[in-house]
Amino acid sequence: METIADFEVQYSQFLDPEGKPSSDIPELAKDTDTLIELYRAMTETRVFDTKAVNLQRTGKLGTYASSLGHEATHVGVAAAMLKGDVMAPSYRETGTMLSRGVRMEELLLYWGGDERGSDFADTKNDFPYCVPISTQCLHAAGAAMAFQLRGESHCAVSLNGDGGTSEGAFYEAMNVAGARNLPVVFIVVNNKWAISVPIEQQTATETLAQKAVAAGIPGIQVDGNDVIAVRHWVERALARARKGEGACLIEAVTYRLSDHTTADDASRYRKKEDVESARKVEPLIRLRKYLTDLGVWDEAKEKALLEDAADKVDVAVQKYLNTPKPPVEAMFDYMYQDLPEALEEQRDHAIRYADTNGGEHG
Amino acid sequence: MAANMAEVTLIDALTMAMAWELEHDPGVVILGEDVGVNGGVFRATAGLQKRFGEDRVQDTPLAEGMIAGISIGMAAQGMRPIAEIQFMGFIYPTVDQIINHAGRMRNRTRGRLTCPMVLRAPYGGGIHAPEHHSESTEALFAHMPGIRVVIPSSPARAYGLLLAAIRDPDPVIFLEPKRIYRLNKQEVEDNGKALPMDVCYTLREGSDVTVVTWGAMIFETMKAADQLARNGISCEVIDLATISPIDYETILESVEKTGRLVIVHEAARSCGVGAEIAAIVAEKGMYDLQGPICRVTGYDVVMPLFRREMDYLPSVKKITDAIGATLHD
Repeated sequence: METIADFEVQYSQFLDPEGKPSSDIPELAKDTDTLIELYRAMTETRVFDTKAVNLQRTGKLGTYASSLGHEATHVGVAAAMLKGDVMAPSYRETGTMLSRGVRMEELLLYWGGDERGSDFADTKNDFPYCVPISTQCLHAAGAAMAFQLRGESHCAVSLNGDGGTSEGAFYEAMNVAGARNLPVVFIVVNNKWAISVPIEQQTATETLAQKAVAAGIPGIQVDGNDVIAVRHWVERALARARKGEGACLIEAVTYRLSDHTTADDASRYRKKEDVESARKVEPLIRLRKYLTDLGVWDEAKEKALLEDAADKVDVAVQKYLNTPKPPVEAMFDYMYQDLPEALEEQRDHAIRYADTNGGEHG
Repeated sequence: MAANMAEVTLIDALTMAMAWELEHDPGVVILGEDVGVNGGVFRATAGLQKRFGEDRVQDTPLAEGMIAGISIGMAAQGMRPIAEIQFMGFIYPTVDQIINHAGRMRNRTRGRLTCPMVLRAPYGGGIHAPEHHSESTEALFAHMPGIRVVIPSSPARAYGLLLAAIRDPDPVIFLEPKRIYRLNKQEVEDNGKALPMDVCYTLREGSDVTVVTWGAMIFETMKAADQLARNGISCEVIDLATISPIDYETILESVEKTGRLVIVHEAARSCGVGAEIAAIVAEKGMYDLQGPICRVTGYDVVMPLFRREMDYLPSVKKITDAIGATLHD
């Protein structure tokens, strides 16, 4: 017997939970303007997220999937991407979407039950939220194939969770990306929980990064609570893909500090102590400490940032709440480019019965 | 005869249509299992990779859900993929992508992203094929909003409707009756002219009974109509062609004239497309009917292996008997 294939999985963390940098921390970590910008984006994401949960609790938003604790991964991924790249999210990538230029009021409209929330005004080519698990990985692979065929230098990025790595679509996407050398980066946001199922029950593999091995593409595990590590490695993966060197898988290890969604109660299936210990290593604390140690951050700046973020969120909330619900016929008008004759009668029927069956506010 | 006019089979016509569109639209890409060097297991893409290159006609890994998913990704980013699923029996992994994404992309982004793709698959029985190679499950897709389901029944309609499907700004499931891939030849001009979707094609005018059918069943139905004509019964035969959305108007107008309706399809009876047609005629054409609506269909059973498949399928005799029954009721 001889070994004919072998693999190893590398792990990267540049900023530890105490905000102490490693000796090999990349140049990026010295660019304080960029770090502050990342910190601002992460903070805004959290302020938005907190507000969204509150809106749901007070009956002003539908079910919402909180991104609490995912900010470094979400923002780090978007920060590594170029404008012309295309992103295919799951339903939790609030930070990535906001950083890509999706407007807060658009996200609120989506969770508020209005399709117009996915008609992004500023990020025309990004895919909308994707609820069926990991199906979006294939859309990213397809987008990458379009870029490759047209000779464009854009890349595609998809994000899915740890549970999503059990889906066929996840593996099928990596496999075709490997086989066709596609410019796509797959991000696995390993937040340890797929609703109530812990990662240990999801798979027997030691890491999710090694799922790449079966597809013949590189896989790496990074500390998903370290925005410097996420941004650095996603940037490297994208640069590689852009040069025609193919796809990568990046597993970002983080923790879902919130319930799965506002319709879930995680206290039914996980221990409070576990969540509390995860809270100590969450991403904002360490970056704030690092910035403070560098002497570029203080309490006054923190206070100003939080106020700014709250104002920005409030403006978005007002825009959302002031948006009248779409006309009833809109449910027909975007089904096809031109409405088939067979649907005209149903459309008229819907208009005739509009608002006669109760419904939401707005 | 025009220079580019040729006597071709249905499958030749499909190849011609794809070649035309590959030639004229740089966004068109063919994807599928064995569609490249091999030219497809039924040869629908024969010669296309050689002519247009490996980028335009791509052999994919073997995963149907993947083929549908990457087609959606490509289509949303401005390409026009034509994906081949080798047999309809293998189409079911695509259902997740088709129902959850292809049919929803335009609506859920309010038109920001769209999905101009075609998913082609050979379907239907009667060719002595192995297990899983003979079913007709078009009703599954007909039930999904936001997509079109199109079935050609002649070389000319195969050419024109496939061109229309490729050019359509929305997703089309294009099901090919493989029993008639090479059954007959017809003159088809390779002129790039599409035929309209969303409309029925009246193949034979008649006054006593309307017979609606599609795909390979056109042949049995036309034979039945010929036989009945010898007995003085005049059938109007309508090729549904676009299974979803249905052109009810043509059917209702015909029933208004004939007063009787028979629907013929290979697919199992319950919740089949025939039930939908019967329902709409019952709703809107009730007072034109002079006899009960009758369906001639496959049975609600697992498609038998080929020693008994012809007993499963509607036959000329089953059709003539049903028409006779509805006329004498």
